[in-house]
Amino acid sequence: MRSFFKLLFRNRLAAAGAVVMAVVALLALATPFLPLQDPDITKTADRFIRPFSEGHLLGTDHLGRDLLSRLMWGTRLSLAVGFAAAIAAAFIGSAIGIVAGYFGGRSDNIIMRIVDMLMAFPYILLALAIVAALGPGLMNALIAVAAVNVPFFARNIRGITVGIVHKEFIDAAKLAGLGHAKTILSEVLPNVMPVIIIAMSTTIGWMILETAGLSFLGLGSQPPQADLGSMLGEARSALIGNPHTSLVPGFMILVIVMAINLLGDGVRDALDPRLKSGALSRPMAATLVDRNRVPAPSANTNAILSINNLQTQFHVKDRVYKAVGGIDLDINPGECLGIIGESGSGKSVTALSIMGLVASPPGIITGGSVMYDRKDLVGAPYKTLRSYRGDKIAYIFQDPLATLHPLYKVGDQLAEAIRCHHDVPKSEAWASAVHLLKSVRIPNAESRAESFPHELSGGMRQRISIAMALANDPDIIIADEPTTALDVTVQAQILALLNDLRRERGLAIIFITHDFGVVAQLCDRVAVMYAGRIVETGETGNVLADPAHPYTKRLIACVPELGGGRRKLAAIPGLPPAVDKLPDGCAFADRCDKRRAECRSGDIQLRLSLGRPVRCLYPENAPAVRKSA
Amino acid sequence: MTLALRLDNLSKSFVVGKRLFGAPKGIVRAVHPVTLDVEKGETLGIVGESGCGKSTFARLLVGLIEPTTGSIEIDGQPLNNADPAAFGKKIQYVFQDPVSSINPRKTIRQIMVAPLKHLHGMDSAARTQRISEIFATVSLREEFLDRYPHEFSGGQAQRIGIARVLAAEAEILILDEPVSALDVSVQAQVLNLLADLKNKLNLTYLFISHDLAVVEAVSDRIAVLYFGSVVEIGRADDVFRAPRHPYTKLLADSAPVVGRPLTAPEGKETELPDPLNPPAGCAFRARCPRAIDRCIKEVPDLNGDNVQLAACFNPLDSLVHA
Repeated sequence: MRSFFKLLFRNRLAAAGAVVMAVVALLALATPFLPLQDPDITKTADRFIRPFSEGHLLGTDHLGRDLLSRLMWGTRLSLAVGFAAAIAAAFIGSAIGIVAGYFGGRSDNIIMRIVDMLMAFPYILLALAIVAALGPGLMNALIAVAAVNVPFFARNIRGITVGIVHKEFIDAAKLAGLGHAKTILSEVLPNVMPVIIIAMSTTIGWMILETAGLSFLGLGSQPPQADLGSMLGEARSALIGNPHTSLVPGFMILVIVMAINLLGDGVRDALDPRLKSGALSRPMAATLVDRNRVPAPSANTNAILSINNLQTQFHVKDRVYKAVGGIDLDINPGECLGIIGESGSGKSVTALSIMGLVASPPGIITGGSVMYDRKDLVGAPYKTLRSYRGDKIAYIFQDPLATLHPLYKVGDQLAEAIRCHHDVPKSEAWASAVHLLKSVRIPNAESRAESFPHELSGGMRQRISIAMALANDPDIIIADEPTTALDVTVQAQILALLNDLRRERGLAIIFITHDFGVVAQLCDRVAVMYAGRIVETGETGNVLADPAHPYTKRLIACVPELGGGRRKLAAIPGLPPAVDKLPDGCAFADRCDKRRAECRSGDIQLRLSLGRPVRCLYPENAPAVRKSA
Repeated sequence: MTLALRLDNLSKSFVVGKRLFGAPKGIVRAVHPVTLDVEKGETLGIVGESGCGKSTFARLLVGLIEPTTGSIEIDGQPLNNADPAAFGKKIQYVFQDPVSSINPRKTIRQIMVAPLKHLHGMDSAARTQRISEIFATVSLREEFLDRYPHEFSGGQAQRIGIARVLAAEAEILILDEPVSALDVSVQAQVLNLLADLKNKLNLTYLFISHDLAVVEAVSDRIAVLYFGSVVEIGRADDVFRAPRHPYTKLLADSAPVVGRPLTAPEGKETELPDPLNPPAGCAFRARCPRAIDRCIKEVPDLNGDNVQLAACFNPLDSLVHA
């Protein structure tokens, strides 16, 4: 709740709206206690007194009634009717929407068709018809305005409810013994409540206007009772001669509706989870770089890509998440390097940092370098990065449905990827696209190029992503869990394909995964990551057969392997540390059963243990341990 | 042996493209008729790839959807969920995504209270005590009770999901991919917890997963699902080591295993059958290296010795039972 107000008041316009609205509402509430004249006493002799006259601060109207008093009482009434209509419409509309969305099927169909019929009438016509049937009067105007707005709420809330009803927690509630009514009240309603409030805050101004409109036509409040609409209606005839009689209520309507709408927009922005999470704040084209010192170029000249002490952090409010805490990696031409780790270990952020693809804000590269083609990609101008992205270094992501554009044919998307970097005619690019599809073994490539992503299976889509990564014959492909979302039989096909392609084309691949089986089958070398740092690297076969870091060893042990039969798994107790609160010393110490006091202090460096770099003071394969074993 | 679950000819079809008038566009048979017994205290593993009907099957068993044909018997009595409070005490469901299966707007205490209150009608004092007991069983700290779901990691959220299910005190649990959203180190913790609970509380599990190794590690028996049908069922030790159905063999050969060279176990251009337009005969025929003429015309039934059954006209020789 406090964070809601904080967010709301960060929006200055909304804050201004809130202040104005609070003043107006306070005045309306206080009206009966203020020393005002009776708003309904007519005194024809004093008609049309100008504003700022003695005794009548805002002047008088055509019957000599005090305008200030009528304005205050009128505002009070208009606000009351507007709010009452909004609450009634929200209550009835949301109830209809929730019931329709929750039960679905036929009841949904019937209810929503009736709502559609109501919506088919122009709103003012419908309101007029309702008032005509019920007779003029403020109460009937309220009913009309509420009824006219019910469909808006019903449709809105039904849409949200349908989304919620299919969530698993609704099923869980049913299985916990809740009936329909209880499920709706305790599970569905709390989740649609923010939407109801958002819808109310954005429509309430509109409803005040509609009520005023009906009163203006003489169908709302009846003389001598004042509300803003009827004041405006009565002043209409004197518009030219005595404009102040119309200006006073008109100005008040303007102020109220403006204030409410500004406030309503602010409430919506503060409550909407998408806005709250910053989804609409657009990330920059390349990750921000803020390095204290630019490191010297690395000595390893064989490597095609060389990552030196790369550090990437996320700065969220006052917290600093050290997602990547100093990574060194060299990738040789034609090599497949596996990066293995659990979620949150920093493997994906490492991969995205290479090409400056980490979203900024909140991501910042705070140190290190990535050398490619004798250039440092960290801090390189956007133009350079862009010319390399997809051309020299290409990515394959986990979910091809999210990375392919749903509205373009896959052939067009491939052709676009080529034309981005090479100035070739469209027909030539299309021909290359078909050729690419063939190279990733897609049957009937010519006709498949005409398909849209949703027409293809998951395995086919991932092949398209691979084809796209290959489009410009890159030197390096960075594959971030490319087979995690696929079935095992399809995964085997995709892995075999990647393996063939890299041998045919001499590609270097950085393969990010959490699966040791996949690493073992595809990768030449593997780097194991934990809490943002590499804890061990080496030849895949050696690391798997003889893991040196306790984390590697225990991670391998807790993965069940096919053919092992029924067994108890060697779980690692506890959780990885949060990267905004990394402990001193070894990040794995808390979960390690070999830890000693020394493990808890200082910065533990990678050191060679049987020829491979290991970040551990007491590695598993250390010669001393061997002897005693 | 007493039976926990008995499924007789259970099937589910979905109507696709409903129209106001006239026949719908098509019917998808998500689950073909399945006849299956699950003994008390047993863990039956169910494996299959995406779209094979695993989740539909699971949701049928807990009454979240109505079967098209066939019947389900729980503890010798037909499934009857007219009274949700009585039904919830017999069978419960652990969801795949621990985070989306917990209402984000409730505290953990409110989530834990629901089954105790609605299924067992406990008063406030009894509920507090029972929650403490359950939290101790699944090693969760009681300070978690007043927090909201978004404050928990996937592994903790899944423990909370299991705690909620334990509160119902059902003896049969349907576990629908309970560890596939978790990291491997946490996955092992949750699997071990499930194994401990089963021994301690004498539970019956139906363990659904796409991960062959996980299923093999926890199950007594395994059923392999393909395209909505059970194509093979047998003892967990044997099914992947000595598969009889060619599809089971394909699955076993596709799983990435340390030390096995990388080869695609089947042709590179195979596609799954279209559920709206199912092939005649055996659904696996187009991908099968052992297909014979009979497979085109007839749909095979499960057969074989009593230990390992396969729905295949030309099964592989089982090494164990040949």
